[in-house]
Amino acid sequence: MDKMKRVPVREQDPKVRSTNFDEVCLGYTVEDAVEESKRCLNCKNPLCVKGCPVSINIPEFIKHIKEEEFEEAAKTIAKYSSLPAVCGRVCPQETQCEGKCILGIKGEPVSIGKLERFVGDWSRENNINLSDTEPKKNKKVAVIGSGPSGLTCAGDLAKKGYDVTIFEALHEPGGVLVYGIPEFRLPKDTVVKTEIENIKKLGVKIETNVIVGRTANIDKLMEEEGFEAVFIGSGAGLPKFMGIPGENANGVSSANEFLTRVNLMKAHKIEYATPVKVGSKVAVVGGGNVAMDAARTALRLGAETHIVYRRSEEELPARVEEVHHAKEEGIIFDLLTNPVEILVDENGWVKGMKCVRMELGEPDASGRRSPRVIKDSEFIIDVDTVIMSLGTSPNPLISSTTKGLNVNKHGCIITEEETGKTSKGAVFAGGDAVTGAATVILAMEAGKKAAKAIDEFLSNKEK
Amino acid sequence: MFKIVKKELLVPNIYLMDIEAPRVAKSAQPGQFVIVKSDERGERVPLTICDYDQEKGTVTIVFQTVGRSTHEMANYEEGEAFQDFVGPLGRPSEFVHENLEELKNKKILFISGGVGAAPVYPQVKWLHENGIEADVIMGTRTRELLILEDKMRAVADNVYVTTDDGSYGFKGLVTEKFKELVEKEGKKYDVVVAIGPIIMMKFVALTTKPYGIKTIVSMNPLMVDGTGMCGACRVTIGEETKFACVDGPEFDGHLVKFDEAIRRQSMFKSEEGRELIRQEESNLEPHHHKNGGGCGCCGGNK
Repeated sequence: MDKMKRVPVREQDPKVRSTNFDEVCLGYTVEDAVEESKRCLNCKNPLCVKGCPVSINIPEFIKHIKEEEFEEAAKTIAKYSSLPAVCGRVCPQETQCEGKCILGIKGEPVSIGKLERFVGDWSRENNINLSDTEPKKNKKVAVIGSGPSGLTCAGDLAKKGYDVTIFEALHEPGGVLVYGIPEFRLPKDTVVKTEIENIKKLGVKIETNVIVGRTANIDKLMEEEGFEAVFIGSGAGLPKFMGIPGENANGVSSANEFLTRVNLMKAHKIEYATPVKVGSKVAVVGGGNVAMDAARTALRLGAETHIVYRRSEEELPARVEEVHHAKEEGIIFDLLTNPVEILVDENGWVKGMKCVRMELGEPDASGRRSPRVIKDSEFIIDVDTVIMSLGTSPNPLISSTTKGLNVNKHGCIITEEETGKTSKGAVFAGGDAVTGAATVILAMEAGKKAAKAIDEFLSNKEK
Repeated sequence: MFKIVKKELLVPNIYLMDIEAPRVAKSAQPGQFVIVKSDERGERVPLTICDYDQEKGTVTIVFQTVGRSTHEMANYEEGEAFQDFVGPLGRPSEFVHENLEELKNKKILFISGGVGAAPVYPQVKWLHENGIEADVIMGTRTRELLILEDKMRAVADNVYVTTDDGSYGFKGLVTEKFKELVEKEGKKYDVVVAIGPIIMMKFVALTTKPYGIKTIVSMNPLMVDGTGMCGACRVTIGEETKFACVDGPEFDGHLVKFDEAIRRQSMFKSEEGRELIRQEESNLEPHHHKNGGGCGCCGGNK
């Protein structure tokens, strides 16, 4: 056994998994996990912890795995994170904890994500109780949005003894964890539901079907319902479109719409009423994780699927693991390609996409090489469905209905970085609502910081 | 869960329900809508709010059974509950924010088609309660399908009923009645609000345009979330793409690209057909409508 190599994780065969929605990565067995945990050097000054946005004590939980004290491992993680089975699956560990692991210099870093996932899964399967909280404080905090930042903030505040209510606009809590990330990366009924149940076990109430800005608003929640502080974790759910001709044709949708139909509404299952339509050839425009999710979902619904991206493979913003999985499953990558028009047939349906070839110029201010159109390079991709995955921005509904809440020119809520404090007293915010579309773990970090700041704010208020 | 406290069959295939939803009732305003999902497997069906009672905490919806989801909803009885009921969604009607004194100087005509009478009613009622009288043309295919006539008469200044077959009121289309009112009876209107099947709204907008009368229509596109996160409901207004669920549902009828909207409504037609066959519903008329749920705005007019 080569100590510099990680214990491989079991995965579904690409040929099989491209026809089902079951989880691609099967995770570590007990033996695998213990074996992998032995590679950890238990560093005195663990860099991995610095790479983790919520600073999980990684060497400690890994040591518990090594000693087969899985419940202790779960309790260690629970001090920092309420969503280990989620984060172990969807965090970009290569740029976070694992990216800092000292073993990664000469060999492969410890599979921290897979080990965290193992602990999360193990504690679910063994019904470990992680719901210890401090004595009740009898102070009400409202959390807007039940995505990763809201769940984390709510969980942390509940552990501190606050009376927390989450208000969620959709009919199911979880945010992007339920409507965005597909089942084959993040199982809903087992993983996501259980972790949300764990947060409820801390005493957090979740009211679904409440759209803050319409059904209720922040001022009224504070004045009429006695909430003493508010955390806004409403995310960035407003999809962008390109603004090219033909974009409103039948057969063009946003990735949000396509993924919501399949993930949240389960449109691919015949017994569910929501329909979904994919043609025989699908183009997904964009190169982020959402684009990979949409493409791999379309493939599983039986379509030949293309990723159309204006830069080269090197610049793809998606995780390397996801790009690799997508390729294994047979997604075709049309790189350095940019759509300029959706071609529409006489009935208003997509019949093709006119594109231009791109080349990369000098690096711009952001350090990325900016793409330029190659002259006279127009050509047509023969597709009948187009899914736009160009990113999202915060929905203006909350900011436009809350007096005194300042936003920047992108519609993102302006906050103090360390505390999540907004321009409005007793109102805090974090996650994509503040940063624009980012990652699950960064949203959790923001939720965590805000929970700490809200606790300080309400404790000082008392004095 | 959201309890059904009242269910009434208004006319064949059109139901009225009062749903217990205190938060929605408290915030609802004319022109807004709700999304209903009957059970775990159901889809999210947008329906315009017909009435609301803050004290009782109830919201009234009126819907026509046009597809699988609205049929399923119709199978629910008083005392049972829908799993999800969310709202109020969309922007309230423009006049809610207008200065009442200025509004009193305006003559407003509402035109409803079929089930469109349901979303017209709370608007006329709101105006009436604020001391502003408005006229209403209520169009329907035949007398037996006319809904909410008495309620409407109680809040409107004049109500003109039109039927396609002449079985009641004026024989003909709502647009013909409009022309008669303006041309022959010398009525002057500053604003027309038309709610009904999209094809009716299109023709109302075409009819009012030469007269230069501002015309507002309530769009009923396919929707999924209804909160602005997917863009399924996008419509072209002038040169701009708007999301009907957050920017609307009401828009300037003279700027709406109706043909595109009509085409987009048919996007899931085959799925809807397949569903219907699977459900073995035998008494359904072919309908121009879509999936996404019977919008409820859509009636038998054309």
